[in-house]
Amino acid sequence: MSAGSVALEAVTKRYGSEAVVAGVSLAIPEGEFFTLLGPSGSGKTTTLSMLAGFVVPDEGRVVMGGRDMTRVPPRGRGLGMVFQNYAIFPHLNVAENVAFPLTVRGAPKPEVTARVAEALAMVKLTGFEARYARQLSGGQQQRVALARAIVAHPKVVLMDEPLGALDKNLRYHMQVEIKEIQRRLGMTVIYVTHDQEEALTMSDRIAIMDRGRIAQLGPPREVYEKPDDSFVAAFLGEANLLRARRDGEVVRGPGGAVLATSAGTPPGGEALLFVRPEKVSVAAGLAEVLPNHLPGRVLHASFLGNIVRYAVEAGDGATVLCDAANGAGAVLHQPGDAVTLSWRAEDSRLLAG
Amino acid sequence: MPLGRLPAWLLLAPALVLLFGVFLMPIGWFLVSSLRELGTLADIREEMEAVLFSDTIGRVILNTNGIGAVVTLLVLLIGYPVSYALSRARGFAFTLILLCIVLPYFTSTIVRTYAWMVLLGRNGLINQVLLGLGLIGAPLDLLYNRTGVVIGMTYVLLPYMVLTLYAAMKAVDPRLLQAAEGMGASPGQVFRRVFMPLTLHGVVAGVLITFILAIGFFITPALMGGPADIMIAMLIEREVELTQNWPTAAMMTIVLLAVTLILYAVYSRYAEPGQGELQR
Repeated sequence: MSAGSVALEAVTKRYGSEAVVAGVSLAIPEGEFFTLLGPSGSGKTTTLSMLAGFVVPDEGRVVMGGRDMTRVPPRGRGLGMVFQNYAIFPHLNVAENVAFPLTVRGAPKPEVTARVAEALAMVKLTGFEARYARQLSGGQQQRVALARAIVAHPKVVLMDEPLGALDKNLRYHMQVEIKEIQRRLGMTVIYVTHDQEEALTMSDRIAIMDRGRIAQLGPPREVYEKPDDSFVAAFLGEANLLRARRDGEVVRGPGGAVLATSAGTPPGGEALLFVRPEKVSVAAGLAEVLPNHLPGRVLHASFLGNIVRYAVEAGDGATVLCDAANGAGAVLHQPGDAVTLSWRAEDSRLLAG
Repeated sequence: MPLGRLPAWLLLAPALVLLFGVFLMPIGWFLVSSLRELGTLADIREEMEAVLFSDTIGRVILNTNGIGAVVTLLVLLIGYPVSYALSRARGFAFTLILLCIVLPYFTSTIVRTYAWMVLLGRNGLINQVLLGLGLIGAPLDLLYNRTGVVIGMTYVLLPYMVLTLYAAMKAVDPRLLQAAEGMGASPGQVFRRVFMPLTLHGVVAGVLITFILAIGFFITPALMGGPADIMIAMLIEREVELTQNWPTAAMMTIVLLAVTLILYAVYSRYAEPGQGELQR
């Protein structure tokens, strides 16, 4: 088994009677950028703490590089870590902070000097060696934290909402840099975030967590386009979830329109039809009687620049969001206009209601 | 007008008036009137040299500093672990430790000193127990000597150190300690390389406060010490009360005051609360 692989086997952690993490299993191959995504309280940080060794699970095993690490303290795991608040030691300067993981392991001085220089160059902080955290901007502190996480060349790096405190532009910039460093060093990154956009941009695979369980696990495009349940659908970006019910052989949605979907047969009669706003096309005029065609009336039109977001009333009080690209020759519909909404069967899914 | 809008000097005025009225004015008057008895400035200087470089004063100053240093060291050695336990304790344990530290703080020094005398005397509890257990053949001399003074003062001064250190330790972000652990540090390394440096300003503050208070001690050494354990405050009292030699008392007061103010200047430079760390 390769050194950078990580696995959780049916891991459970309870605080009192409440299971914060309930039977989570995952296997991460070496070199993967793996993201734990979820709202606060979903158990993602506790899961990361068990990987780090700060928290010992009540049940299950933590395996790294094929070795059982369940009860090994953090210092025996040889991981790199980036903390949510950066956790830069205020009494040490940048060079001493970055050197910390090496010096506590008793690395010889020339090696420490060389590796610190290398790590600082990688995060573009050469020349900042003698500064203290209070003399650095948020973005620079983030880089120090990153350099410190990679300085010992760990096979696995854990990152707990590392970009949470940065503004949007800097965030994007750092996302690209983290990704670039990860690829260059070939390290496994386990990344915790509640920002779905960040998760989609950076990850090879995403585990979406909900109330201590993994709701869905897969590559970004798969979890975005093929959610397994309404939680995942609604958590990742905007989603239309339309009430639908079975009527003999067909499924009917708002206003009794026949809906065809690519996958998913709801267990009971009640179901939700999932379709992303950008997959819905809006055309002027009346509906043809075809599956996945809904007549409607525009309620709002929000001009967002590159796209126009319509809220369309589509019968039975259902509101459908549609994102129309503001492409060449695009016609804007006005509130009150009668329109027809349509989408491809393979872009929609029927989920349990 | 809201209180916060008043100029700073006006808000400080009550405290300044009090300080001036009950401290600065009396001490100034005491110093000036005492020294004036000696005559001209040249006379004062001559007398001052004679007093300050006399063997008696020299020995007392040495005593005072020696006792102050030993007591401060002991208070630090006992206070650091106690403060650490206090900063980590929760709920009942926290309340219990805090009560044990602070309750004596609210009791008069004389009462506490007499309580120690009951414990430490030749027929006191400690000697009785040790004799009873057969650990010693004859009672130990724990009172009316240096040992007694050091024990008594250490006890009285402990709360000042503990509360000062507690404030510094509580200000350490526990996430920094966890981060150090996560980056491979052993518990000993977490303490030596992160926790201790981050609480060093508290140690400096605690040591200075304890030492400043220790060198001005009067009651404890007077009651628990022997003839060899005279500290400067006791000498000042003796000059004022017994020999009525006010000029000498005034000079010794100046010495004590000067040392205290110098140490306080160091304190306010390096141990400002909330600074978080020593400036380099």
